[in-house]
Amino acid sequence: MILHGWGRYPTVDGKVYHPASPDEVRHLLHSHSDGVTPRGLGRSYGDSSLGGHMLDCRRLDHLLAFDARKGLLYCEAGVSLNDILEVFVPKGWFLPVTPGTRFVTVGGAIASDVHGKNHHVNGCFSEHIEFIELCLDEERILRCSRDEHPDLFRATCGGMGLSGMILSAAIQLKQIKSSFIDQTTYKANNLEESLELFEIHEDKPYSVAWIDCIAQGRSLGRSLLMTGDHAENGGLVPGKGERFTLPVDMPSMLLNKHSIKLFNTLYYHRVSGTSVSHRVHYEPFFYPLDSISDWNRMYGKNGFTQYQFVIPKAAGKKALSDILKTIAASGKGSFLAVLKAFGKRNENLLSFPMEGYTLALDFKIEKNLFPLLDSLDAMVLDHGGRLYLTKDARMCQETFRLGYPEWTKFQNVRERYGVRRGFQSLQSKRLGLD
Amino acid sequence: MLNILIIGATSAIAGEVAKRFAAEGARLYLLGRNTERLGRIAADLRIRGAESVQTTGFDAKDIESYEQILEKAHASLERFDVVLVAHGTLGDQKKCETSVEKTLHEIQINAVSTIAMLTIIANMMVKQKCGTLAIISSVAGDRGRPSNYVYGSAKAAVTTFCEGLRGRLFKSGVHVLTIKPGMVDTPMTEGMELPPMLMAKPEQVARDIVCAIRKKSDIIYTPWYWRYVMSGIVHIPEKFFKKMSL
Ligand SMILES: Cc1cc2nc3c(=O)[nH]c(=O)nc-3n(C[C@H](O)[C@H](O)[C@H](O)COP(=O)(O)OP(=O)(O)OC[C@H]3O[C@@H](n4cnc5c(N)ncnc54)[C@H](O)[C@@H]3O)c2cc1C
Ligand SMILES: NC(=O)c1ccc[n+]([C@@H]2O[C@H](COP(=O)([O-])OP(=O)(O)OC[C@H]3O[C@@H](n4cnc5c(N)ncnc54)[C@H](OP(=O)(O)O)[C@@H]3O)[C@@H](O)[C@H]2O)c1
Repeated sequence: MILHGWGRYPTVDGKVYHPASPDEVRHLLHSHSDGVTPRGLGRSYGDSSLGGHMLDCRRLDHLLAFDARKGLLYCEAGVSLNDILEVFVPKGWFLPVTPGTRFVTVGGAIASDVHGKNHHVNGCFSEHIEFIELCLDEERILRCSRDEHPDLFRATCGGMGLSGMILSAAIQLKQIKSSFIDQTTYKANNLEESLELFEIHEDKPYSVAWIDCIAQGRSLGRSLLMTGDHAENGGLVPGKGERFTLPVDMPSMLLNKHSIKLFNTLYYHRVSGTSVSHRVHYEPFFYPLDSISDWNRMYGKNGFTQYQFVIPKAAGKKALSDILKTIAASGKGSFLAVLKAFGKRNENLLSFPMEGYTLALDFKIEKNLFPLLDSLDAMVLDHGGRLYLTKDARMCQETFRLGYPEWTKFQNVRERYGVRRGFQSLQSKRLGLD
Repeated sequence: MLNILIIGATSAIAGEVAKRFAAEGARLYLLGRNTERLGRIAADLRIRGAESVQTTGFDAKDIESYEQILEKAHASLERFDVVLVAHGTLGDQKKCETSVEKTLHEIQINAVSTIAMLTIIANMMVKQKCGTLAIISSVAGDRGRPSNYVYGSAKAAVTTFCEGLRGRLFKSGVHVLTIKPGMVDTPMTEGMELPPMLMAKPEQVARDIVCAIRKKSDIIYTPWYWRYVMSGIVHIPEKFFKKMSL
């Protein structure tokens, strides 16, 4: 079966299995001891969830227990964040951390140690995980947490499925009084103002900025910063769900320099004053893109890649503006460029966030793209930054090792638990994590 | 609050139907052969809001056991507001062609067992004079095709049986719903090379089923367009149809 990640690049012709119980996972690991790749909903952009033998978690999708007093949910790894929201928002609970799409699994969210708009206050997804049940091979299912097999826990959160198959996990949900978000949008005329806005609003639980990465000169880095917090009232109303599907691949020609520029300009001028506030449902606030299913087809049949890096706070403005200038000059800038200030890093060996700034932008796959990205890699590394593994489809081994110096510890943990051979992906092979 | 019996409750389609009823606080009674999986499904449905969920092991091959299992379920729920019959297998047609045993096994699971079940349940429902009996048949029962006529003929038997039963139970105020799904993305069709455009999601099929139970529809095709696809196929004259490789 031909499969790909969310970016539709690269593709793999592999076998997919759908284990429906822990026992079936054990049997599959026994019969494929030369390496499997766990897979959730395939929302990682590149090749993290691709391999010759993939274990798809869609049938491990049961809620197993809920402590309504504490808000602690114990569920299988294939449960989607969408499912959790549907069941628990009406009961007054929300995800402690959520990425920009709700169509990811709990297993995928742990394996990528995802972050949301609240990283600066609440950290990554794993920081709200009480424990994980991990299947290592035919014989061993281990429970790991900060107290039990902590080394394995630190390797698994953010470990891209390379330390075992997550079967289930316990997640601490967060109490809410309303399914609405009080949102304010601020306008920043350049990069400096954008970064200042993050400082000013660092006490707001959610914040993210949308950057116009085509703008140059004095407007370089102009952005709209959106902050938000859960409203105190308005009711616990479930979302409306998906609305619109992109049925076919759009001709990638439609996405060119001019259309992107037009889009960016229109979007930026939506906010006419310096700020506007309103109350919105959590769905458009957190998941604006989920209202168009299969929007990834917009980039045409060759697919696209998302380039997301983080640079330390100290490197801040200088590094960002160098990188933005390079992108603007290339004329390959993207539809979406999201800027966010991260809080402190956690102790996981391969988690992406570190205190500083992260920028994410899409590039459609085309000739001469990779040389551009290689030059961006060099700038990111120069400033002490790194790239997000769950978005990556192309970085080289060297770039990975420099960005993630704890990779050797990660390999040691895999070695210690005997999972180095058993769990692999196209990405792990590319990055020398075999 | 509805009392619901689901037969073949580990089925992907039935599972999605159960989630919908659970969210409304239904009392559920689940029958299936994989009791480990049933246990996890029950936990899930409780968290989703079901007032109670009970499970019992059931193997479609063991017709002798039906009466007792169903009586126990009826005693526990007190009344069947909805019964969903969902178990089935899609065996290998090619293998059936050279094996009497395999062919009869398909007929056994998909037709004989369902008909046996329905015979017992129908009489229970006649006594209670209300409720819905919903049976998952298939578009495959509308016309025999070389690629799956063993399965198709079993489903045809179920469809015809339900048609007659509907007329009989109607007089007692019991509603009989025949469900004819097209191709659905479930374990049953896993690994088959089917056009993704035509593959419905079990969630979508479940939505249609719940809606048809509410509206007391007699026969539904799900997704809806299969009604038109099948009405086309049914009208192709046999002398042409036999030459088509469907
Ligand atoms: C529109 C969009 C917006 C996004 N926004 C954000 C964002 O704001 N922040 C952010 O952090 N990320 C974001 N992402 C990325 C996404 O959250 C991650 O890629 C996530 O891991 C995808 O989960 P999945 O279930 O689809 O997993 P997949 O993509 O299928 O797999 C991702 C990785 O997890 C591993 N994995 C999956 N299941 C298991 C398991 N059971 N056990 C072990 N390993 C497993 C896989 O092997 C793979 O390495 C976004 C993605 C999209 C498409
Ligand atoms: N998927 C389609 O395209 C499609 C199309 C038309 C009609 N249908 C019908 O829809 C119904 C549900 O199927 P599905 O698509 O949801 O597939 P599914 O998930 O594979 O469900 C089939 C169910 O039948 C059960 N079953 C099989 N043999 C059994 C036996 N001997 N005793 C007890 N239970 C048995 C299975 O139990 P285990 O879990 O233990 O295996 C499973 O729960 C079936 O009647 C099927 O014929 C499906």
